[in-house]
Amino acid sequence: MSEPRVSAVGSEGAAAFSRSEMMIVAAARELAGQRVCFVGVGLPNIAVNLARLTVAPELELVYESGAYGAKPARLPLSIGDPTIVTGATAVVSMFELFSFYLQGGLVDVGFLGAAQIDRFGNINSTVIGDYEHPKTRLPGSGGACEIAINARQVFVIMRQSKRSFVERIDFRTSPGNLGGAEAAARIRREEGWLGRGPSVVVTDLGIYHFDDAGEMRLDSIHPGATLEQIRETIGWEPGVAEPLATTPAPTPEELRLIREQLDPEGAYTK
Amino acid sequence: MSKVTSMRDAVAAFVHDGDIVAIEGFTHLICFAAGHEIIRQRKRDLTLARLTPDLIYDQMVAAGTARKLVFSWLGNPGVGGLHAIRRRVEDADPAPLELEEYSHFGMVGRYTAGASNLPFFPLRSYFETDLPKANPLIRPIRSPFGEETVYAVPPLKPDVTIVHAQRADADGNTQMWGLLGCQKEAAFAAERVIVVVEELVEESVIRADPNRTVFPGLIVDAVVVEPFGAHPSYVQGAYDRDNRFYRDWDAIAREASTTQAWLDEWVYGVSGRAEYVEKLGAERVAGLRPSGEAPSGSVDYGVYK
Repeated sequence: MSEPRVSAVGSEGAAAFSRSEMMIVAAARELAGQRVCFVGVGLPNIAVNLARLTVAPELELVYESGAYGAKPARLPLSIGDPTIVTGATAVVSMFELFSFYLQGGLVDVGFLGAAQIDRFGNINSTVIGDYEHPKTRLPGSGGACEIAINARQVFVIMRQSKRSFVERIDFRTSPGNLGGAEAAARIRREEGWLGRGPSVVVTDLGIYHFDDAGEMRLDSIHPGATLEQIRETIGWEPGVAEPLATTPAPTPEELRLIREQLDPEGAYTK
Repeated sequence: MSKVTSMRDAVAAFVHDGDIVAIEGFTHLICFAAGHEIIRQRKRDLTLARLTPDLIYDQMVAAGTARKLVFSWLGNPGVGGLHAIRRRVEDADPAPLELEEYSHFGMVGRYTAGASNLPFFPLRSYFETDLPKANPLIRPIRSPFGEETVYAVPPLKPDVTIVHAQRADADGNTQMWGLLGCQKEAAFAAERVIVVVEELVEESVIRADPNRTVFPGLIVDAVVVEPFGAHPSYVQGAYDRDNRFYRDWDAIAREASTTQAWLDEWVYGVSGRAEYVEKLGAERVAGLRPSGEAPSGSVDYGVYK
């Protein structure tokens, strides 16, 4: 079951690509220039590994399972895959990882997925519905709560839909810009957080950064996506940058790496 | 004195109804063999603690061994949800399941406090989240040395911690490599410890590489030799995660009837791990071996007389 592929507008001869591939490529490119990245489960895993092979060869991958400087020889099946151990710089206990590496302030980017996000980048990965009697019980925090607080900045990658981009999240698992940038900055300072909060949200339709009020603003739209689709899949009226950029389509090399090396079975891209 | 015993005897002697049980191991070294023996012995009313309940606790919950979960990430890693647990939580089917929920660092901190005999563990997490509301045992605490407030979690002291490892000697001196998770903390925090190993080695093997010892026999009550005991999870250097099973479980666990049928066939229907491995078949087992070797270099500790 594969999603329809789109051809990049105005890029004649470019290979067709899926929305998931565009999302992964866009997320990987955002990691250019970053050094230490804490890798979450799922989509972040493939985006970060693509970044390491393209725009960010110096990227040190940190997995909450305890691997630092991982050099996975295949796409890890999970964040605890044995391939992140063999050839890593260090393998440490989870106590060390969370205490010294994360809480100690060594992580530049925490890369998270989520079930729900609001306009301020607050994240829910715990429950849909009421906590005591949930409609859907989701996995919960894992390390996401402390990553959002202690990583210097947070990147989010998730597919857009009305169910996931919501006016009010059902449960705040990981804090973003709370109710707005000003209050969030004050609270972070008072409570001694190391993190500055979310800085980018990459979806299957576009790339959002955060404006001065701490709200998501659409800065780039992916080729083939429309503003109408953006609005249909978001639970509030999003700010849109003027002028709005178009995300450069995936290059043949980026697509080759995803299809042949990182995800030949299409686990993340179907 | 040798602590080597069978899985059946170890579970019968050291796991009791109503216990807090921690079968730890983060993706790596998850002792399914012990979980299955606990199911076969029909232990009841257990509080199951683990950062990631994984398939092992989904199976143990489906089998009716547990009344409560203490955890931080409830999923089938890389695949999806844990359906037997979700039925209990979302539909109270066939009975409610009590949840006590933390983050990973919170759980690691709980074991650390338990292992080091402290009344709490402080951490910079949970600020401005709903987790302290969901779990009132996550509490803010003011620093005695300044104005700062952090959060505290209480110690977790399992009645029994079960750890799978590459090797131990007969006294329970235990060595492992690869992802270490929080097995050390969970073992030191526990009242009783069962170690399950791929290989039983001479004490001299342990003493030749003391930096690799995760905990000593001093805290170990039983040593069980059960090769392939972590399947379908993995053991670094010995076998890979059986991802096919992780995906298969997603379909099996969606219905109570297929879940019970699986338990009947693969847990109640076998006498122990050896029969389970035989049932898996040589081909399946061989297919999980690493594709090559990656030995560590050796170091010289030196002789000092």
